[in-house]
Amino acid sequence: MIPFLIYVAIFVIAFFVVTKIAQRSAIADYGSLKTVTFGDESAVTPNRAASVISILTIFLLWGMFTGSALLPKFLHAPGPFEGTGTFEYTAQAGNERDTATVTVVVHPIDTPTEAPEVAPGDGWAKDDSVAIGMWRSGLLRVDRNDELGRGDGAAVIEINGSKVQPGDTVDVGFATVTISDKGTPNIQPDKGWQMEPIWLPAPEAVVKRIGEIASEGFRGSTLWEHLGYSLFRVVVGFFFGALVGIPLGYAMGLSNWFRGWFDPIVEFMRPVPPLALIPLVIIWAGIGETGKIILLFLAALWIMAIAARSGVSGVKISKVHAAYSLGASKAQIMRHVIVPNSLPEIFTGARVAMGVCWGTVVAAELVAAEQGAGMMIMVASKFQNTDIVIMGIILIGIIGFGIDMLMRWAERILVPWKGKG
Amino acid sequence: MSGLSIQSISMRFDLPNGGHVQALQDVSLDLKAGELLSVLGPSGCGKTTLLNIVAGFLAPTDGKMILNGHEINGPDAERGMVFQQGALFEWMSVRENVGFGPSMKGMPKTDKAEIVDHLLDVVGLQDFKEKAVYELSGGMQQRVALARCLANDPDVILMDEPLGALDALTREKMQSLVLKLWKETGKTIILITHSVEEALLLGERLLVMAPRPGRIHKEYRLPFAEMGVDADLREVKKHPEFAERREEILGMIWDMEEEIMGRTEAAT
Repeated sequence: MIPFLIYVAIFVIAFFVVTKIAQRSAIADYGSLKTVTFGDESAVTPNRAASVISILTIFLLWGMFTGSALLPKFLHAPGPFEGTGTFEYTAQAGNERDTATVTVVVHPIDTPTEAPEVAPGDGWAKDDSVAIGMWRSGLLRVDRNDELGRGDGAAVIEINGSKVQPGDTVDVGFATVTISDKGTPNIQPDKGWQMEPIWLPAPEAVVKRIGEIASEGFRGSTLWEHLGYSLFRVVVGFFFGALVGIPLGYAMGLSNWFRGWFDPIVEFMRPVPPLALIPLVIIWAGIGETGKIILLFLAALWIMAIAARSGVSGVKISKVHAAYSLGASKAQIMRHVIVPNSLPEIFTGARVAMGVCWGTVVAAELVAAEQGAGMMIMVASKFQNTDIVIMGIILIGIIGFGIDMLMRWAERILVPWKGKG
Repeated sequence: MSGLSIQSISMRFDLPNGGHVQALQDVSLDLKAGELLSVLGPSGCGKTTLLNIVAGFLAPTDGKMILNGHEINGPDAERGMVFQQGALFEWMSVRENVGFGPSMKGMPKTDKAEIVDHLLDVVGLQDFKEKAVYELSGGMQQRVALARCLANDPDVILMDEPLGALDALTREKMQSLVLKLWKETGKTIILITHSVEEALLLGERLLVMAPRPGRIHKEYRLPFAEMGVDADLREVKKHPEFAERREEILGMIWDMEEEIMGRTEAAT
């Protein structure tokens, strides 16, 4: 809740600072002279400053709530208590009361620490000590070293001077102490607002992990091999999907018989999510490369067939007529009119298919794989290696985005006439 | 024998509901080589159907057409067509569009380049040779369409409302261009239009068609096309006979439209 409120606050403040102050006298182009901008779609362009601040805010919040070393200390959300704290308990056995001190050492989880030696002190209740990892809690049998223990009817009745009964909780400054049903104090050092690294590691930990995995590899393959395998599967699956799908789509767009024959199959298979085919493909082809490529082939095939079909059907009849009356033969019309006219649709289909394939390959690798981006994050999650999981998600995102950018670029270069017909 | 002879063409479309539409009934027409014919008529009179039949895109249910002694059977490069809009190949440059017909015939590159260059000069698009067609204005695109059609050196040019989508000023310039090309190339041209003025200006002969069933209602022989060659078309329009004919034909079409409306109302 608090991170969300901070996020909203940054959004609102940045909005006023940037639009009302910084950019007030910025541009004086045609768009800025419009009096009607609300509802005018063309007047809405992404504010670059907002985009930059948005990304920075995500990293800022990430850093704040993970105690990132990249941020100055004063920006950190309050962290968990670390160090040594003490509280006193008062035990009563019959009419005898005595007070002793408990020393608690709270240490980072990855540096094992022994409970410190403490002098027993005087009285029948002896002083205790315990070591607790950050974000963890610990039960402490305070009576274990006391002269009068639980068996003698002794019970903790006060913590730092306030009366307690089983179930009560007392705040002792650095921690809260809850008396369990059996009368044992359960010490919960202050967790602060930061996330524990096993839930959300700091940004630098993720970056460091990228470096480690890139140089040392993960599960017998380097990072590049994992990503390369995934990409390889996508490219090969998509290639075969396009190789079969495009001619199939052309045939469906040009022949009644093909259209009638394949329409039910294509229309049925298209809405089937490729993920639903994973179990069947695993049964038939196993979890190796063949299975993955068959799956991606099936994912790309229908999309490409439908794209090619609509590309062919979308050709304006006047263009075909014009070509005929200019003396073109059927083969020439195919090559010079129908194919170029369908290319924009095919490229759109290819972009969609690549996106679907990328999603499908990651999902298929999550289910079962020897290598691959999806396998990497799946295995890492089983060992609670959250940093690897986050690293994997970021890399998968970057690659997916990169594929889309690449396809858009290819589209711009290869079919500049898209949408101009 | 040279020229186009349309012999009692009829066209009937069957409708999915069992009825049918008589788009053309017994249309006959003889065009000498080099004649400029404009066709006018209310919507639904079958003028586009007629043009599509002459182009060979549709087979008539009855009748036949003879061009230069042989029967027309399907589309052919001897009958070029200029469409209203959107029939250029947007994946090709202006030069490639104009050179499309010669390329299809397998004409040698140098001959083709010569023809394309010449035609681009004629239509005044030499500077836009390498531009993509979608970068041109509507009027320029129709010039490309005209040049593309002429590059094939067809015997007959069929124009389906070629200037319908242009603004008034561009339209007037293009009308002059059509007249100029007609005179220079001596092609037989059939031009379909919605505009009475255009039909008068661009028709040595003018055909008024009537709807339901589509048929020839009246034919005129007009002097304005000859007068308009290399002349200011606005001057031609001031001719007293021009105004007279315009009023006459407008009245005729108006009556046809009213009759259709009346029939439709009576039917309902």
